[in-house]
Amino acid sequence: MPISNHPPSEPDMTALRTHAHNLRRTMMAMASGKGEGYIAQGLAIADCLAAIYFYELRHDPARPDWSDRDRFLLSTGHYSIAMYAVLAEAGYLAKEELPSYGLNGSSLPMSTFDETVGVEIVGGSLGHGLGQAVGMAVGLRLDGSSARIFCEFSDGELQEGSTWEAAMGASTFKCDNVVALVDCNGIQADGPVTVAIEPVADKLTAFGWDTVEINGNDMDALVAALAGAREKNERPKAIVMRTTPGFGVPTLVSRERAHFVRVRDDEWDFLKEELEKEYV
Amino acid sequence: MSDDVAVGGRTRGMGEIVEVEGKATITAPFGQTLAEMGRERPEIVGLTADMGRYSDILPFRDAHPERFFNVGMAEQNLLMVAAGLAKVGKIAYCTTYSVFITRRAYDFVAIACAHSKANVKIFAGMPGLMNGYGATHQATEDINMMRGIADLSIIDPCDAVEFRQVVRAVADIPGTVYVRNLRGKVPIELPEDYVFTFGKASELRRGDGRIGIISTGYMSARALDAARNTAAEGHDVSILHVSTIKPFDATGVLDFARRHDRLILAENHKTTGGLATLVTEALYDAGLLRPTIRIGLADGFFECGSQEYLEAKYGVDLPRFERAIRDGV
Repeated sequence: MPISNHPPSEPDMTALRTHAHNLRRTMMAMASGKGEGYIAQGLAIADCLAAIYFYELRHDPARPDWSDRDRFLLSTGHYSIAMYAVLAEAGYLAKEELPSYGLNGSSLPMSTFDETVGVEIVGGSLGHGLGQAVGMAVGLRLDGSSARIFCEFSDGELQEGSTWEAAMGASTFKCDNVVALVDCNGIQADGPVTVAIEPVADKLTAFGWDTVEINGNDMDALVAALAGAREKNERPKAIVMRTTPGFGVPTLVSRERAHFVRVRDDEWDFLKEELEKEYV
Repeated sequence: MSDDVAVGGRTRGMGEIVEVEGKATITAPFGQTLAEMGRERPEIVGLTADMGRYSDILPFRDAHPERFFNVGMAEQNLLMVAAGLAKVGKIAYCTTYSVFITRRAYDFVAIACAHSKANVKIFAGMPGLMNGYGATHQATEDINMMRGIADLSIIDPCDAVEFRQVVRAVADIPGTVYVRNLRGKVPIELPEDYVFTFGKASELRRGDGRIGIISTGYMSARALDAARNTAAEGHDVSILHVSTIKPFDATGVLDFARRHDRLILAENHKTTGGLATLVTEALYDAGLLRPTIRIGLADGFFECGSQEYLEAKYGVDLPRFERAIRDGV
């Protein structure tokens, strides 16, 4: 398989939307019958992951250890369902492995570990991603590499002080090769995000980042924001994405906004039909 | 704790270089050695969290400024950035005070570094009572905390001779390593031909089998001094220096313990959770009973003062060793 997305080409919007739909379809199959989980967050981040892996990220699924690859760091380890879906869609993981997601002894655990091919860091202890992105960015720069680091983290993680330590670090070390993908889905473990973290974009701007704020479920906006984040101007880049938990499946969107969405076993067929109806 | 220690002297300045009476010393062995290594190995990078001056890493910064990163007072970020550097092929030597690495950034050592087996080499500054700024700055339970982290190696070197070897050796020890740093004018205590071997305890002195001291860090140097001071009185003490705390050399410790009637366990750390606990666990598991005296710190938060004052007050100074040898208490 050739190196993907290098040099950046004109986006094929139809293909990107198809990939995003495929990810949602895959995640619904993975979650089906498992009662409760992070399906809502996974569905919300699907558009971003499709845009990253099939448009912006310079990578080669045949060579996951390629030293000059762009890195995608998933700081929210509990979004593993989405990570595995996109790694399978891109060719890192065999699709046959996906049904084992979250099962005891599975190589696709509920929270991401970097033993899984294509997973760069141990996610899940929140607030660990961005600082590692900074370290990778300065290390690759030392090597003269043009590789970039895309680091996803959530609005909840903005409550971790370590995220702001890292935000300062990215600015201090002039990491224009870091692109933060801030998933503002409005939920955290105990329910809606309640701590006063807004205005997220203004805060990051004040920390020295080039920041844009978009609808994270709008593929056109994602592609434009990613293309706009390539500038080598010694400033780190942040894309603040407003996402809708459960996006693509209206019944899930309408459910209580909870960290774990609960789905009865007999609901899955209906929800999958909803997903297909929404995708036209 | 002894209450009869006279108040005198003063708490030293944070970066003050202290003359070591009666001992030859090497200045800044950490930074000097790392700077040398940097010339040979371009993958070595250095980091600090606003503690460059006080950790002796500045010779590396001066020799390799493009490979030096000061993240400011942000210890969580220190460990994250180090982990990120390691994950793109660097060997990341990072340093600040032990307390800030252990108490403040524990999760980042465990998950960002150790869990990923990242090549992060942590040089933890002024452990135990080496820092005169009280409990906020004194890592007196750092070994206890760090031994609880899987896939993390721990080394507590004795002196400049060993420490320079440790600085070099950790580059090739896979994964994350926690080293108790020695800074400033670091005494030469061990013979020039001493060889540090990762994971192996070293018998520095072989006595008559009555008293065996098992010690780590610079307490092994103190044990050597105490052995010399009491030799004329007929005490012929053995000393086993356990510089690698994890992985723990239980085999070497048990072999040593079997050859001695009673043991003195000594560390610049609380007497719980550190070397003494490791030795006791090994002895118990092997069904080997020996009378032991623990030289170390009782549980508590400790006050400010000069290292000599603190060591005397809290019972880890040379007279404490000599009393343990002479009187068996």
